[in-house]
Amino acid sequence: MTTHPPHSDARHFHERAHAAIHDPKIRQNFRRAMDGLMSKRKAAFDGWDLEALRTLGAHIRLRALAHLPELLEQLERRLTENGIQVHWAVDGDEACRIVRDICVARGAKRVIKGKSMVSEEMELNHYLAQEGIEALESDLGEYIVQLADETPSHIIMPAIHKNTGEISELMHEKTGTERSHDVEYLTAAARQQLREKFMNADVGLSGVNFAVAETGTLCLVENEGNGRMTTTVPPCHIAVTGIEKVVPSLADVSALLALLTRSATGQHITTYFNLISGPRKPGELDGPEEVHLVLVDNGRSAIYQDDELADTLRCIRCGACMNHCPVYTRVGGHTYGTTYPGPIGKILMPHLIGLDEGRHLPTASSLCGACGEVCPVRIPIPDLLVRLRRESVDGDRLHPARVPGHGAKRGATEALIWKGWSWLHARPGLYRLGTAVAARLRRLQPNRAGAWTDYRTAPKLAAKTLHQRMKERAQ
Amino acid sequence: MSSRDIILQRLRQRTGGPRTVPECDFSVLQRPDWSTAERIDRFRRAIESVHGEVHLCRETDWVDRLAGLLRARGARNLLLGRNHPVSEAVRASTHPDLPPLRVYDRPIEQWQPELFNDVDAGLTSTRGGIAETGSLILWPTPDEPRLLSLVPPIHVAVLYASELYPTLYDAMHAQAWAAGMPTNALLISGPSKTADIEQTLAYGVHGPKELIVLVVE
Repeated sequence: MTTHPPHSDARHFHERAHAAIHDPKIRQNFRRAMDGLMSKRKAAFDGWDLEALRTLGAHIRLRALAHLPELLEQLERRLTENGIQVHWAVDGDEACRIVRDICVARGAKRVIKGKSMVSEEMELNHYLAQEGIEALESDLGEYIVQLADETPSHIIMPAIHKNTGEISELMHEKTGTERSHDVEYLTAAARQQLREKFMNADVGLSGVNFAVAETGTLCLVENEGNGRMTTTVPPCHIAVTGIEKVVPSLADVSALLALLTRSATGQHITTYFNLISGPRKPGELDGPEEVHLVLVDNGRSAIYQDDELADTLRCIRCGACMNHCPVYTRVGGHTYGTTYPGPIGKILMPHLIGLDEGRHLPTASSLCGACGEVCPVRIPIPDLLVRLRRESVDGDRLHPARVPGHGAKRGATEALIWKGWSWLHARPGLYRLGTAVAARLRRLQPNRAGAWTDYRTAPKLAAKTLHQRMKERAQ
Repeated sequence: MSSRDIILQRLRQRTGGPRTVPECDFSVLQRPDWSTAERIDRFRRAIESVHGEVHLCRETDWVDRLAGLLRARGARNLLLGRNHPVSEAVRASTHPDLPPLRVYDRPIEQWQPELFNDVDAGLTSTRGGIAETGSLILWPTPDEPRLLSLVPPIHVAVLYASELYPTLYDAMHAQAWAAGMPTNALLISGPSKTADIEQTLAYGVHGPKELIVLVVE
C-alpha cells in the first residue's frame, strides 16, 4: 500500500535545511522532543559509572566485530539447529527478493511489520507493493509515517516531526477516526485498526536488536507489544538484520541492553524484551510455525575492510547521537534525505550511497563532539566525519581512499592552493619571505570573505609573523 | 559462489588485518547483594514508575487478592494456563468474586477471534523477576502460551519474592540461560505503552493496558 519515494535524496541537504530552519513547527517539534530525551537519558544513568559502562559496551562490540565471520557462522549453526532458516543477502535488493520468495512460497499476501530500520534501508515496503504484497507497519510511529506516505524522521521515534493535531487530521483523513487531540483516543483507535490486521496477516516481519551466537537467539527491544504480536500471531515470522548485529553471548546482551534503552529514551528497560530462539514446537499452542532470519550485508562488509571506518559498525542504533546533535535538532530528520539521519547517518550513509550523492553529509556538522560523547559504544563519530571529509577531497596521500565516490568534492583550484601551500612550507626561506610580505600588506585584506563573514568578523593577519615575535622574545 | 560465501569471504579477507580484542569488564553491572525486602522495594518502585501495579501477598491469600482486583475492574472473565500450580490454585478456589474462568488449551488457530475480542484478563506465572529494572521473567510453555500475557487487556502475574534477582546479568547466570533457551523468553516491565504521538505516554497500545504483579512473600 505504500509508495515511498526512493529514500536517498541527500543531494539537496542545503535547500531542505534552509526550509527546515525557517519552519517554526519543525523547530518546535524537534526541540521539545530532543530536550526531553536528553534530560531523560541523563537521569537514567544517574548512579551508574557511565564511562565504565560505555567502555564495556565499546569492548563488547569491538570483540564481536573482531570475530564477525566466525560469529555469523556460529549464529547460523545454532539458529539452524533451533529450526530457524537462515538466508544471506549481499544487498538490499537480494534481501527484498528473499522476503518476496518466502511470501510467494506461502501464498502470503499480507505482511504485518514490526519496527525495522534495515527494512527501511531495503525499501522493502515499496518493493513488496510492486509485487502485489501489502506490507503494513504496526509500530504506532511507523504506522503514522506510513499513513502519511513519508519516511521515519528519527530511528527510534519515526513520527517525531508531527504533532498531535497533524496526526489526528491524518488518521481522520486516512482511516475515518474522529478528529481528536486526545492521545489515548488516537492510540486506542490505532490499536483497534491494527488488531484486525494482526489476526489476518500471513507473515510478520521484524528487525533484530541483537543476535546471540551462543544460543541462536534473536532479541527484540520494544514498548508497544507490536513486536511481540508480529513475531507471535502470524504463522510465519521473517526477521531481517544487518550482519553486524551479532554478539557472542547473552551476557553481552545484558550490558548492551542496559546501554541501549537508557541512551535511546532514558528508560531503565523497555516494556518488552523479546528473545526468540525457534519456531513453535510440537505441543505449543501459539507462535509461528516458520521463522526465518535474513542476514543483510548491503555495504557492511566493505566498511569492515578499514580499521578506522569499521568502528561505524559498532552502532546499536539507540539514536542518542541525533538526540544530542545541534544540527539534527534544528533541521530534523527528513532534511538529511537518507534512511538513517543525524550523526550516525552522516558516517554510515556515505558508504551506502557514495560520497558523491552524500557529499553534504560529512560537512553537515559543527564537529562539536556531542555525538561522540554520548555514544554508548564510544564510536568516534567526529573523527569519522573528519575522515570522510578527507576522503571526499582525496586529501590523504598516506592512506588509500575507501569510500565509494571519494574525491567527489575535490576541485582543481582548491587542490592547487593546497599544493602551493605545501610547496611553500617545504621551503623555509620562501616561507619567511611570503609571510613577511603578507604581514606588510595586511591592510589590503578584504573585510568580507563570502558566507564566512555573514555572522563573523573577518580574521586579520597579525602585524608581525610568529617567527618575528619568537625572535624578539628570545632577545 | 553463494551470497553467504561472498559475504564471509569479504569479511575474512579484510585488508585492515586482525582486530585487537579488548578485555570486557562486566563488574560495572554489579549491584549490591540487596536483601529480599530491598529487592521487593526496588522492584516495586521500578514497575510503579511505568504504570504497573504491585500487591504483596502470601501463598494463602493471593487468589483472594486476585479475585478482588478483577472484580474492582469488572473483568468479565479470566484466562488461565493449562496445567500449572498457579492456574490450578485459581481453579481450586471458590471465591465468589472470581469471574468465569477460561483455559488456554487449544491452538490459537482454533479460537483467535475469541481470544482477541472476548477475553478481559490473563494470568501467568513467572520465572522470577529483576529488582533493578522492575522486570518479570517469562518463559512461555505449552501450558502457558505466549499470547496469554499479551492479548488480554489485563495481565496478572504471580511472582515469588524469593525469585527476585538483582540484575538481568544475575538472573541469566543463576538460571543458566546460555545452556539452552526456550522458543520464546520474555522480560516484561510494565504494561504496553507508546510515546510515538508527540512524546505523550499512552498505555495499552498493542498489549495489555494494565500489568498487575502479585508478589508472593
